[in-house]
Amino acid sequence: MSIFYNILQSVLVSMVPLLIVALGGMFSERGGVTNIALEGIMIMGAFSSAVVLILFIDKMPMQLLFIIAMLVGGLSGLLYSFLHAYAAISMKSNQVISATALNLAIAPLAAVLIKAVRKVDSTWLEWGGKTFIIKEVPLLSKIPFIGDIFFKNVFISFYIGIAILIISSIILFKTKFGLRLRACGENPHAADSLGVNIYKVRYAGVLISGFLAGLGGAIFLITINGTAFRAEATAVSGFGFLALAVLIFGNWNPKRIIFAAVFFSFFRTIDANFTLLNGLINNAIPVNFRNLFKMVPYIATLILLIFTSKNSGAPAADGQVYDPGQR
Amino acid sequence: MEKYAVEMLNITKKFGSLIANDNVNLKVKKGEIHAILGENGAGKSTLMSILFGLIQPDSGIIKINGEEVKIENPNVANKLKIGMVHQHFKLVERFNVVENIVLGYETINKKGFVDYENPKKKIIELSHRYHLNVDPEALISNITVGMQQRVEILKMLYRDADILIFDEPTAVLTPQEIEELMGIIRNFASEGKSIIIITHKLNEIKMLANKCSILRRGKYMGTIDVNKTSVEQMAELMVGRKVDFNVEKKAPKIGDTILEVENIVVKKDNNKNHVNGVSFDVKEGEIVVIAGIEGNGQSQLIKAITGLIPFDSGKIKLINEDVTKSTIRHKIELGMSHIPEDRQKDGLILDYSLQENFISCEYYQEKFQTKGFLKFEAISKYADNLIEKFDVRSSNGKYSIVRGMSGGNQQKAIIAREVSRKGKLLIAVQPTRGLDVGAIEYVHKKMVQVRDSKVAVLVVSLELDEVMSIADRILVMYEGKIVLETTPKEITMEEIGLYMAGSTKKDLGGKDGKK
Repeated sequence: MSIFYNILQSVLVSMVPLLIVALGGMFSERGGVTNIALEGIMIMGAFSSAVVLILFIDKMPMQLLFIIAMLVGGLSGLLYSFLHAYAAISMKSNQVISATALNLAIAPLAAVLIKAVRKVDSTWLEWGGKTFIIKEVPLLSKIPFIGDIFFKNVFISFYIGIAILIISSIILFKTKFGLRLRACGENPHAADSLGVNIYKVRYAGVLISGFLAGLGGAIFLITINGTAFRAEATAVSGFGFLALAVLIFGNWNPKRIIFAAVFFSFFRTIDANFTLLNGLINNAIPVNFRNLFKMVPYIATLILLIFTSKNSGAPAADGQVYDPGQR
Repeated sequence: MEKYAVEMLNITKKFGSLIANDNVNLKVKKGEIHAILGENGAGKSTLMSILFGLIQPDSGIIKINGEEVKIENPNVANKLKIGMVHQHFKLVERFNVVENIVLGYETINKKGFVDYENPKKKIIELSHRYHLNVDPEALISNITVGMQQRVEILKMLYRDADILIFDEPTAVLTPQEIEELMGIIRNFASEGKSIIIITHKLNEIKMLANKCSILRRGKYMGTIDVNKTSVEQMAELMVGRKVDFNVEKKAPKIGDTILEVENIVVKKDNNKNHVNGVSFDVKEGEIVVIAGIEGNGQSQLIKAITGLIPFDSGKIKLINEDVTKSTIRHKIELGMSHIPEDRQKDGLILDYSLQENFISCEYYQEKFQTKGFLKFEAISKYADNLIEKFDVRSSNGKYSIVRGMSGGNQQKAIIAREVSRKGKLLIAVQPTRGLDVGAIEYVHKKMVQVRDSKVAVLVVSLELDEVMSIADRILVMYEGKIVLETTPKEITMEEIGLYMAGSTKKDLGGKDGKK
C-alpha cells in the first residue's frame, strides 16, 4: 500500500510545476503570443531561487524561505519574459525566434554569473540536503485516504498550484481582463475596434506567463531537483517543453490542463520508478522498453491533435503579430 | 443656420505618395441617411476610419453636433456616440453574442466579475425593439453572415450610438436580408439617428438615402440630393465619364462542347445534398450563367468542377477528356481558367507580390523557369504587360503586395491572370461582387470579349441584372438542382426571381411571389 501512496505522491509533486507553467503558457497564448520560451524562463526562475536558497538557507524558517524563493523565481521569470514581450509585441518580431533565443541564452548566462561570483570552475549552486517537505498537515492528515495523499509528505507548492489553477480559471472566464485577453488572442482586430489596447493586454499575458514559469522553475528546483542548481540547458529536465505539451493536450483550457498535467506526470513517474514497478510484476517488461513510457504522453498528444484538430482550442490569432492595417 | 450631426471639413490624409483623402467635406444632418459613393479605392473607407478614430487625418476639422472634436481612437468615437459596422465584421468567432457586444464596454457585477445578465436584458430589448431577432446566447461561428451583421448593429446600439456608419453593408447579404436591413436602417433614421452608408450600389442609394456625397480618387466631387438625381448622373459623377449599363454583345457563335457535367452530387452532412444530381454543358462561344439565391449549391457545384472540393458521384468531361479524377493542374493545362468566389482565399496569395500572383498557375512552365530557377526578366515583362493591358492599379506596380490592393484591383489581377492564359473554358463565380459600376462594366466587357474569342464561359451570379445582361443561356439553381434552363429572351426578371425562390412552372400561373 505504501508504494501506491509513494507513487501517487510523486505524481502530484511533478504535476505541480507542469500545471503552473502550462497555465502560464495559457495566459500568453490566450492573448495571442506563442511562448515556447517557457523552458528558458523556468531555468531563469530556478537559477534565481537557487541564489536565494544559498544566501538564506540557515537564516529563516524553511517554509518562509520556500515562499520567498518562489516569489523571487517568479519575479525573475517575469523580468526575463519582458524580453520576449518586447520583441514579440513591440518590435513585432518572429515569436518563435525570440523565444528560442530566450531558451538558449539562459544556461550560459547563469554559468557565467556563477563562475564570476564563486570564482571556481563550477556551474553548480548547492545548498545541502535540507528538505522542504511538510511531514503532516495537522488535522487534515487524519482524513482517511485523502489525508494520506494530499496532506502527508507534501510540499506547500502543491496547495499553491491548486490555488493558481482556480484563480487562473476565474481570471480567464469571469473577469474583464480575461474577456479582453481572450479577444486579443482570437481576433485582435475586433478587440481593437472596440477600444481594447492590444499591446497592453498582450504584455500582461506574456508577463503573467513569465511570472508563472519562473515560479514553476523555482518549484521544480526545490521539489524535484532537490539539492543543487546546475547551469545547463537541461537544468529543468525539459519541463518547460513538457508544460507546452500539457498546454496543448489541455486544449488551452484550465479544466483540461490539470488533467493533462496529471496524465503527463503519471507517465513520467512510472518511467522514473520503472525498476521498482517492474519488480512488482516480476520484471515482465524487458528493460529495453522502459523508455517507452516516456514517449506515451507525446504520442498521446500527437494522436489527440490528429483527432481534435478541427475543434482545437488554440486561439485563432496565436502567434500572429498584430498589424492594424491588415484586414 | 442648420445644425449638423457630423461635419468633416477639408479632411486630407496621405499614405506615402498616395493621397487617400484630398480636401474632403462631409456634412450629415440629424435623422438623415447619407450615402458616400465612390469607386473602389476612392477613399470612402479612409474617410470613415478617420471619423471612427482608427486613422488620424493629416489636416482638417471634425465637428460633432457643432462642436469641434479630436477623435484619437475608437474609444473617443464611442463617447461621441459614433458607431460603425465594418465591411469585414469585427467579431470574435468563438465568443457568443453577448460577449462580443460587451467587449471593451464591460460592466462589473457585485462579485467583481463581468456582468452578462443586465447586458443580456438590454440586448434582448434592443433586438425586440428593432426586430433584429438576435439570440444573445448564440455562438458567432454558428450564425449566418446576416445575423452577424445584426450583432454588429447591436454593438452600436448597445453603446447608445446616434451616428451609425455602415461600410458596404449589403455586399454580403442575400436579397431578402438586404430588404430587411433597409427597413431597419429607415427605422433608425426615423428615430433621429444619423446614418452614413458607404456603398457603390447605385440602386440601393436611390432606394434608401436622402443625400449622397461623392468621392473620386480621393477628391470630393460634391453632395447631391438623391431624389433629384438619376442613377446615370450619379454613376457619371463617381466614375468621371458616362457609364454604359447595357452590355453590348453580338449573337453568339456557338461551337463544340467544352465542358460536360453529368449528375454531380455533393453530399452535406445530414442526409441533404448540397448538389443533387446536376447535369449541363457549356459550349464554345457562349456565356452560360447559373442564377440562384446564395446557398443553393452553386458554390459547391463550381468547387467540385474546378477541384477545390471532392464530390460524391458524377462525371466531368473537359474537351472530350474525362477529368472526373484529374488533378487541378491537369485541368488547368487542358484549358480551364477559374475566377473563384472567394478571391482573397482561393484566388490570390495575399502576401505575395502582384507579379508573383500573375504566374502562380504557370510558374513551373518553361517560359518562367529553367532548371528550377525562376526567370525574373520574363516574369517581370509578363507582369508589366498584364498590368498595362488590364489596367490593374496599385501603389507599387508589379511589386505591390496584393493584400494592400483594393478589392476591385485584386479582382482585375485575377481576371488578368486567368484570361491571359488563353484557355478553352472560363469559370467565374460572382465576378463582380463588391465591385463598383466602372469595374463591373469592365468585367462584363471582358467576359463578352473572352466569349467572342471562342471560349466557353460559365458564370455564377446572384444579381438578376447581371444574369439578364450577360447570359446567352441561363440555368436557375434551387436547392441543389437545376430547376430551369432558359435564355434571357424567353423570360422576364420577375419570372427568374420566382424560380430562384423555389416556385415551379405549375404554380407560376396564379401565385404571386416576391422578386
